[in-house]
Amino acid sequence: MRARSASAERVTLDAVDRIIVNRLQDGIPLVPLPFDAVAKEIGRNPEDVIARTARLIEAGVLTRFGPFFDAAAMGGAFCLCAMAVPRDQFEAVADLVNGFDEVAHNYEREHALNMWFVLATERPEGIAMAADEIARATGCDVLMFPKLEEYFIGFKVAA
Amino acid sequence: MSGIDAIDRKIVTATQCGLPVVRQPFARIATEIGCSEADVIARLAVMAARGVVRRVAAAPNHYALGMVANGMSVWDVDDTQVSALGAEIGALPYVTHCYRRPRALPAWPYNLFAMVHGATRAEVETKRAEIAVRLGSACRASDILYSTRILKKTGLRLARSGG
Repeated sequence: MRARSASAERVTLDAVDRIIVNRLQDGIPLVPLPFDAVAKEIGRNPEDVIARTARLIEAGVLTRFGPFFDAAAMGGAFCLCAMAVPRDQFEAVADLVNGFDEVAHNYEREHALNMWFVLATERPEGIAMAADEIARATGCDVLMFPKLEEYFIGFKVAA
Repeated sequence: MSGIDAIDRKIVTATQCGLPVVRQPFARIATEIGCSEADVIARLAVMAARGVVRRVAAAPNHYALGMVANGMSVWDVDDTQVSALGAEIGALPYVTHCYRRPRALPAWPYNLFAMVHGATRAEVETKRAEIAVRLGSACRASDILYSTRILKKTGLRLARSGG
């Protein structure tokens, strides 16, 4: 996967696009015609909502549309991890880390601990195994920060 | 994977990269995996009720929406007060994720993580200062780590078989 710049180009959205971006973050109903249900709610026709949604995904405004699965509820696990990667090795290490299927997200951050990634595995013991393999492959210590308590999950960004 | 059966697993692997953006997305998935549209919908509903599916929704790209300042604020909060204060911080409208996590001493003294997004770093810093006020003397130290690049963002990937 190509790294995306944090200063990625901003896409121009009209008022209807914004309504759709906001509405789709709340989730679609599990019915045969979910876009029809959303369209009715916001007073548009389904074809328009579908075309705009496809365009928003194409333009990168929406990174993903579909079910969000909880690995822990399926018997698996998530774990936030961090590494202090030497500057001159950063790109090579990022490629190595991103190459692991267990790495669901990976962010560069401004800190001595400059690489932060989330491991998602089908079994809890997979977390430690993946972390060990990443440490071995990169030569960097992997600090593990599993969540102990979660205080809020209603993630939403207003468009 | 212990919590789902083989057909659920087919639904997960067919949809984990996303649903088709068509009028009947669940019918399309059903055709792909060889069951009925009603089965796909019913099974997703059961998985949603069990918490296996959190929601069926769109994920935004903050950067494209102008939320270019993304800070992971981290706090060293008294262990006896962190749960109550975490709930309070997590309820703030501008905090998108809030977790208690283990410290990694001595390098990392922080046990409360709160993601704060904004159009500018100045906006994020204002919010961070508000969080500091709320945490008060229960907080001994804090820092904020701004993201400078998304290196990967795919979500969970199940293999098509196994588990």
